[in-house]
Amino acid sequence: MSTDSPHAADWGDASSAARETTEGTVYTVTGGDWDEVVRSAAKADDERIVVNMGPQHPSTHGVLRLILEIDGETVTEARCGIGYLHTGIEKNLEFRNWTQGTTFVTRMDYLTPFYNEAAYCLGVEKLLGIQDEIPERANIIRVLLMELNRLSSHLVAIATGGMELGATTIMIYGFRDRELILDLYELITGLRMNHAYIRPGGLAQDLPPGAPEAIREFLKTMRKNLPEYDKLATGNPIFKGRMQDVGYLDLAGCMALGATGPVLRSAGLPHDLRKSSPYCGYETYDFEVPTTDTCDSYGRFLIRIEEMRESLKIVEQCLDRLQPGPVMVGDKKIAWPAQLALGPDGLGNSLDHIKKIMGTSMESLIHHFKLVTEGFRVPPGQAYTAVESPKGELGVHVVSDGGTRPFRVHFRDPSFTNLQAMAAMCEGGQVADVIVAVASIDPVMGGVDR
Amino acid sequence: MSGTSPGDKPDGESTGPDAGVNPEADLNAQNLPGQRGEGGEEIRVQRGMFGANNGGDTSGYGGLVRSIRLPGAASRPYGGWFDEVADELEGALEEQGLVPENAIDKTVVDRDELTFHIHREHLVQVARTLRDDPALRFELCTGVSGVHYLHDKGRELHAVYHLRSLTHNRLIRLEVSAPDADPHIPSLVAVYPTNDWHEREAYDFFGLVFDGHPALTRIMMPDDWQGFPQRKDYPLGGIPVEYKGAQIPAPDQRRSYS
Repeated sequence: MSTDSPHAADWGDASSAARETTEGTVYTVTGGDWDEVVRSAAKADDERIVVNMGPQHPSTHGVLRLILEIDGETVTEARCGIGYLHTGIEKNLEFRNWTQGTTFVTRMDYLTPFYNEAAYCLGVEKLLGIQDEIPERANIIRVLLMELNRLSSHLVAIATGGMELGATTIMIYGFRDRELILDLYELITGLRMNHAYIRPGGLAQDLPPGAPEAIREFLKTMRKNLPEYDKLATGNPIFKGRMQDVGYLDLAGCMALGATGPVLRSAGLPHDLRKSSPYCGYETYDFEVPTTDTCDSYGRFLIRIEEMRESLKIVEQCLDRLQPGPVMVGDKKIAWPAQLALGPDGLGNSLDHIKKIMGTSMESLIHHFKLVTEGFRVPPGQAYTAVESPKGELGVHVVSDGGTRPFRVHFRDPSFTNLQAMAAMCEGGQVADVIVAVASIDPVMGGVDR
Repeated sequence: MSGTSPGDKPDGESTGPDAGVNPEADLNAQNLPGQRGEGGEEIRVQRGMFGANNGGDTSGYGGLVRSIRLPGAASRPYGGWFDEVADELEGALEEQGLVPENAIDKTVVDRDELTFHIHREHLVQVARTLRDDPALRFELCTGVSGVHYLHDKGRELHAVYHLRSLTHNRLIRLEVSAPDADPHIPSLVAVYPTNDWHEREAYDFFGLVFDGHPALTRIMMPDDWQGFPQRKDYPLGGIPVEYKGAQIPAPDQRRSYS
């Protein structure tokens, strides 16, 4: 509440204002005044207090609004208010061509951009019927980037989760290691976030020189850094005390609420789309699906740590398999014509290509112009593709009416679905445990609200 | 391109001759804009090009008429495990005293995906059967996606559900349609509680009313928002911007090639 509001004067002390409404007394808490609120709330004979947490709150994982009905320190009812980050991406996609779509979807769950791009592109490729023509090298690089992305997403989950418990060292460690991965993204795609690197048909461009070596260097560093999380947190009695048996959701609850990802695997079911319905050649990689049977926040933390180890294994296998080759389908009606190349000024069109279309080949110029302004047509129909994002099943429902633009794209974001389980995890528990439970779901509001 | 043309399904034999995707498509079909076959279900007839519909025909394409068709009903055999699921579902519905043809409007097989179009009044029963029957066991619903076919009179609004069976490792799609004039579809929250937020989202964006939902309110848009933003007759909005001296129109006002 800003102090220059016309009502501020009526509220008395601006730091903890109380006012009567039709719903009862409303206290506006701005920090440092908890005692005062508790004192005045104790005077009221109504035992039921509804606490509104967020959407601007450092512990709610972004612009998530939690509405908690509390009795003393116990949460009797919990609800989420979402939509504060709704940007209409699905609607916007219907007004751009199929390739431009990647630029939008990468911004949804901004911590897992490569998963958004991959899920969308797999959907478009299924509609086009070109799944089998994606070059081997493009698939390997997709897997490589997705697994690096799993690492960076889990690192943020652990880092912010730790921060919300007050364990700031974990936060510093997590962001330190994530920064190494963002540096790799920047080297490979030119951007730290919002890459639009995976395109329908393949990739925007090939790996730059030196990328495999940089990734190997990172693997070495990460293998050294990963045990630090174990030393710091896994056996830490305070950490365990805060996490164990908090945010409990068993298998029946997970299935009913559609929870997937680490939440489902913490209930003991080794369900992972990379194993059950593989895409991008995941069936050829050697990795395990870690599970725990504790159904709680601590189990989810252990799963994330273990999945990071498995991701390192997969990244290494990707590097070993990389062979020179194309990274885009051969069909020139689909493949982006520009032969993008990373120049000294960042991302750009290859100079050879520009020389060709501007100097020697009129037909190439027409083709380039048509494909870039108009885009390619996708046969009518619908498809559903899903990838195992760090948060769970990221599904995409794409519908085409035969045009150059999507007719409808719907994202089934795992954060959105898993966040529904918040009430089941928190009701009957302590207020302080709400934070732990929400952090163990690891919702990202960009993905929830889209 | 060396494999199948985009118009063909990757698995041609298994889906029957009337699977809906232009069976006569010759090898050059990939060079044609969109589907031109007579098969499938017509959802719209498009006239002209470039989205121009006001003023004179300056493009020269004003007389062009194209029908937009989605893949239509498939006939047996569907191929793979699709037949098994269809048999089990029909058998289970018969056991409950329901004529399968009354519940299942049509079955579409396209791009290796199985879709049951269900009459809306039987949706809950079909979903419950799919979830509970030991041979079907579609335990996980991945939510509902709304689609608005503005020009498909009488069935403008579609609700699309993807059901996943972890037991049998299968994925199917249920599709239900409702007319704009009566946008009611029974809620699946009692069968799949996960659909709570998903149905609120579909209501918020499409105005689909899910009867029996415990609290069908807006979820993304503000509570007092007017209209349903993802319907095709709802404008995208946006304002023209100036770029290097030229006025660039808002995205929904630009030339369209669809």
